Amino acid sequence: MIKTDILIIGAGPTGLFTVFEAGLLKLKCHLIDALPQPGGQCSEIYPKKPIYDIPAFPEVLAGDLVDNLMKQIAPFQPGFTLGERAQTIEKQDDDTFIVTTNKGTQHQAPVVAIAGGLGSFEPRKPLIENIVAYEDRGVAYIIRDPEIYRDKKVVIAGGGDSALDWSIFLSDVAREVTLVHRRNEFRGALDSVEKVQELKNRGKIKLITPAEITKLSGDKKLESVTIVRGEEQINLEVDHFIPLFGLAPKLGPIADWGLEIEKNAIKVNNSLDYQTNIPGIYAIGDVNTYPGKLKLILCGFHEATLMCQSAYQRIFPDKRYVMKYTTVGGVTGFDGSKKEAPKAVIKAIE
Amino acid sequence: MSNIKVFIIDRDGITHEVDAPTDMNMNLMEVVRAYDIAPEGTIGVCGGMAMCASCQCYIESDHDLPELSDDEDAMLAEALYVEDNSRLGCQIHMVPELDGLKVTLAPES
Repeated sequence: MIKTDILIIGAGPTGLFTVFEAGLLKLKCHLIDALPQPGGQCSEIYPKKPIYDIPAFPEVLAGDLVDNLMKQIAPFQPGFTLGERAQTIEKQDDDTFIVTTNKGTQHQAPVVAIAGGLGSFEPRKPLIENIVAYEDRGVAYIIRDPEIYRDKKVVIAGGGDSALDWSIFLSDVAREVTLVHRRNEFRGALDSVEKVQELKNRGKIKLITPAEITKLSGDKKLESVTIVRGEEQINLEVDHFIPLFGLAPKLGPIADWGLEIEKNAIKVNNSLDYQTNIPGIYAIGDVNTYPGKLKLILCGFHEATLMCQSAYQRIFPDKRYVMKYTTVGGVTGFDGSKKEAPKAVIKAIE
Repeated sequence: MSNIKVFIIDRDGITHEVDAPTDMNMNLMEVVRAYDIAPEGTIGVCGGMAMCASCQCYIESDHDLPELSDDEDAMLAEALYVEDNSRLGCQIHMVPELDGLKVTLAPES
């Protein structure tokens, strides 16, 4: 069981900044995110896009914003459970919560902050009739362990970076890699596109474009796929089919936690502390809604800051506390580091 | 201020006739959201960068639309439920020439 003061669901910019504000109050944080890396949408959808409305940053790339936040919170040593989706929440007799992920990892905390953005990112499934029946029997939407493809025949579908990158990677592992895409053009990093071209020329990757997979066949597990290219129909014997059509956010299991939901978002008390209808559970950033709500990173930062003050009061109801400026109090990390303003030099002039 | 009329058929098949301003630098995805024609979180997920296809729609009228950009074309190559008349709403800007535009929202994916 992982124990912490504030359990944050969602490691996007709002969730990450919560660690900093909590750290100033000497509260420890642990973050859960369905994606394998921190940063949420900023890392997953648009790491190379500039953002222009972060105060005091005339321009910052989304990926750099995440890198900077990770640096800013490093002294507070947050814990991470990545690549797992928060699945269930149970309130305990001592007013703490236990949150369990889809892989069974358990976390306990007196405060839960949902900073889940638009939800957890789930793979988009292609529209092939019986695809669900072959899930885990040859069909996978995410590559977890590349070793299972060793010496197997693999078909990958998609035209973006992940389809290109995995085709390149698996060309060294699998017996046969076939890449199928609806167009002849691929949208990916130029060097990935060129690498696939080179591997195709060397016969390491079989490319079938413009084409689509229309049918899956096999008795107990996937045995072949049907590929349609124009008038032509190709039946290909395969062990594995990996469709990589990107990820779409879904609110997911959080919707069943007994929280008040409105317009796919969690209702919170914004005049006070962004608490939900369940005391001890807060919702901050894009995942919440209240009159006048704007889904902006800068609003998420503000909400996280106020929420941490309220969380402190919940954890230490008898303690009095007054907010301190970092220019006055500095920043003392849990790792023993201390940053503070240099002392003024007082010296007489003769 | 100048408005155009736009006809939007939602995911339940209901037609909405709405006024869209042409002087606010708005796109079709934003018009759909402004009028709550599709639930929040199911449209405009990437904010309008042609990177998610949640605002895919089918053009039902014969208006002259701007050509597909490379970004939009690539996104549609990966999206689901794509038809010949598919476009991304976020890439269609509200200009006077589009008065009377009629579109159907693609299913949520």
